Amino acid sequence: MEFFVNAFLLALLAATTIAIVRMRRLIATTMLFGIFSLLMAAVFVVLDAVDVAFTEASVGAGISTILMLATLAICGAKQESVPRKQLPAIIVVVVTGAVLLWGVSGLPDVGDPTAPATTHVYKRYVEESGTEIGVPNIVTSVLASYRGYDTLGEVAVIFTAGLGIICLIGAGTGQQRRRRNGNDSGDDV
Amino acid sequence: MEHHPVVRVAAKILIPPILLFALYVQFHGDFGPGGGFQAGVIFGAAIILYGLVFGLKATQSVIPPQVASILTAVGVLLYAGVGVWSVMLGGNFLDYNALDSHDPVHGQHVGILIIELGVGITVAAVMIVLFYGFAGYLRDHD
Repeated sequence: MEFFVNAFLLALLAATTIAIVRMRRLIATTMLFGIFSLLMAAVFVVLDAVDVAFTEASVGAGISTILMLATLAICGAKQESVPRKQLPAIIVVVVTGAVLLWGVSGLPDVGDPTAPATTHVYKRYVEESGTEIGVPNIVTSVLASYRGYDTLGEVAVIFTAGLGIICLIGAGTGQQRRRRNGNDSGDDV
Repeated sequence: MEHHPVVRVAAKILIPPILLFALYVQFHGDFGPGGGFQAGVIFGAAIILYGLVFGLKATQSVIPPQVASILTAVGVLLYAGVGVWSVMLGGNFLDYNALDSHDPVHGQHVGILIIELGVGITVAAVMIVLFYGFAGYLRDHD
């Protein structure tokens, strides 16, 4: 059963990818990106990674789509026509894909008890987090407590991204408009 | 979209449950999937939905852009503040066991609750600031 679910999801992912590559209207491409993220979220659910699936669905399919549409509203939704000769691009894509497939073949199976990911600190998290942290969701224990320092860094990254946006296009307060208008009137004089 | 009655009514019905769901994801993240990141994004999405339907001006009267900008920093400060608090109580930075000297597990609960709230505040505020930035840019350059 799981094989069919996986095969179905992966086929849909491949179909969506081909549609994204062939699509020339950027608004439709943005919608397909959202669909791709939602399918990825379903794949993560099949892999029992519900927290990641949750993030992928809300960030990938939700917010990213809105932000890309907002960007299209500013930049325009037209893509320049692509030149016919795409042989170098095809070679790069095929070689990269072959290397990736070769790399995936060296990865351990999902849930392999001898894999490095399940032999190092994994045991401590699974066996001790219930008594040490007392939180049923181990993902939350790891993210918020064992790896709290990393999560602080992630929040700082998000904060910095917000600061960058404020510096680049303003915080929507209209201050940039006033400043620009002020400069314009100064130039007139 | 202010003149589309169907969109307006649907948004008015949907936004309160979305906000409630964000709070559920925020405070139930210890027990099920979810946490500050997801909750912040969902909360931000509800505000952005309001902005898309009712306009930037109405949204900014709910959450002024200055407040959203300040809240981006408040979340990080709340998170780092828990770390400083645990240092002042004699533990390591972000060692929640120090927050409750009698019951370390309770200290962990308190610490995780507050830092997840910090994450949620920063993520939601950054999402809203992003929307304000884009929408304000469009308003100023049309």
